Amino acid sequence: MGGGSKVTVVDTLRLTAEDAAGLLEGRELSAAELHRAYLDAISERDGELHCYLRTVDAAEGDGVPIALKDLVSTRGVETTAGSRILAGYVPEFDATVATRCRQAGLPVLGKTNMDEFAMGSSTENSAYGPTHNPWDPTRVPGGSSGGSAAAVAAGLAPWALGSDTGGSIKQPAALCGIVGLRPTYGTVSRYGIVAFASSLDQIGPLTKTVRDCALLYRVVAGRDPCDSTTVEVPPVEIPEAEDLKGLRIGVPTELNEAEGIEPGVSEAVGRAIELARELGAEVGECSLPRSVEFGLPCYYLIAPAEASSNLARYDGVRYAIREPADAYMEMVERTRDAGFGDEPKRRIMLGTYALSAGYFEAYYGQAQKVRTVIADEHRAAFEDFDVLVSPTSPTVAFELGAKTADPLAMYLSDVLTIPANMAGLPGLSIPCGLSDGLPVGLQLIGPQFAENTLFRAGHALERALGFDVVPERYR
Amino acid sequence: MAISREQVEHVARLARLALSEEEIERLGGQLGAILEAVSKVSELDLSDVEPTSHPLDVVNVWRDDEPRPSWPLETALANAPDTEDDAFRVPPTGAARSEA
Repeated sequence: MGGGSKVTVVDTLRLTAEDAAGLLEGRELSAAELHRAYLDAISERDGELHCYLRTVDAAEGDGVPIALKDLVSTRGVETTAGSRILAGYVPEFDATVATRCRQAGLPVLGKTNMDEFAMGSSTENSAYGPTHNPWDPTRVPGGSSGGSAAAVAAGLAPWALGSDTGGSIKQPAALCGIVGLRPTYGTVSRYGIVAFASSLDQIGPLTKTVRDCALLYRVVAGRDPCDSTTVEVPPVEIPEAEDLKGLRIGVPTELNEAEGIEPGVSEAVGRAIELARELGAEVGECSLPRSVEFGLPCYYLIAPAEASSNLARYDGVRYAIREPADAYMEMVERTRDAGFGDEPKRRIMLGTYALSAGYFEAYYGQAQKVRTVIADEHRAAFEDFDVLVSPTSPTVAFELGAKTADPLAMYLSDVLTIPANMAGLPGLSIPCGLSDGLPVGLQLIGPQFAENTLFRAGHALERALGFDVVPERYR
Repeated sequence: MAISREQVEHVARLARLALSEEEIERLGGQLGAILEAVSKVSELDLSDVEPTSHPLDVVNVWRDDEPRPSWPLETALANAPDTEDDAFRVPPTGAARSEA
């Protein structure tokens, strides 16, 4: 019997993807054993958290396993986008980002929970039940990529992919105390991603560290012939420098003093900005006069309008559920009413209204012009600064059920993440401290294609801050 | 901004949603409040501003007009709720109800 084999104890709570890659390279354990360690952790802790909708038993690949938000099409693995209308849908193809993960040897651990069709800021809109925040399970993990964010925070995945349309990577990263990148629009393929709003959707990494984030971004980013909206991406630099000398950081007044920002959040962000100064950055104030005030209404016209078009395909004809009816149109209408939850219905109706004859110019047309204003204001700010900073979310994680009665209250969760998204700009959220024992996220916004600047700034701040990403209750 | 019941029903019909009575009332009410909030965009005079439909300055991407393999039929029908021969089967489209 070949005894004496060393048992490597895998502390999934603490292990970064980079650490895990090191273990594999040093042959301290096999990819199958590493995969098994995460499945064991999921058995232990996911009953309480509900990060995963389904897991994949067999490790296909010899690299570091990854969790994928359930709107990433995975061949042979059910993909629901968190909705009943896609229950039982098993894609016959992989999304490009899934293909790239596979080609990089990353085994899929499972598909994570999300707000239905990525519509939401708390993962409470999932048709399959909410995900719970690992820092406090009575609270939300944020959304719509709540399952992915909570999985990384709870050591149930070394890294994960999520999607961000109005802030759905950045905000859950902030609420769960981890790193999340919403990349520049066009740098990551949307082929095979269940579409919400096509001029805004982007896939991005959720990780424990900024270096892990850069590593995963490098795996998935780049032009894709299957997605004509993708472009060539500058070579990704994995950050090393721990200072910020020469970096000009702008603090937009409107983002940092927006209504609804909790004092504890402001304080934590303020301390992080001070730290940036100590690391050598030049910090100054700037203004985005109308971007914050008009960002939310702009988004909640454009995104639902695009969604009303993208969700028209769910008609019970070609895939997933179908409600019985004697006539075609009845079948379509009943299927959609039965399959969609409230939030998609609201947004589909809002979008349909905004695009309908007689209202198009006043609503959608006007929102498109507001979008130009937002892009111009950010461009002007970037003439004097390399990075803009603000809190990612106005609040720390709120309690489950706290905002579900009022859609508008829930929409306000995105007030700080939306403006940059309207301009197609990249945004990185890193944990910068605690408020009342709950994580606070710092948002770093860059000009288009400035991911390397964000990685550099985020990494240096992360090292100086020394934030412990393991939730206190697990230590 | 109240949105009338007729408007809610009209929009639901355009969006192919068979809303229940309860939904028409509840979602209709919420829709009215949301519309009020997003109407804020009309406060700005943007007559001189060009609309943005796409965040990047890109143009159409073309590929060579050469045929490429597509999916076999079984793959395309794999997730179908109902099929007949090589087609998706659906209930008849004949006018079973009038469209006002």
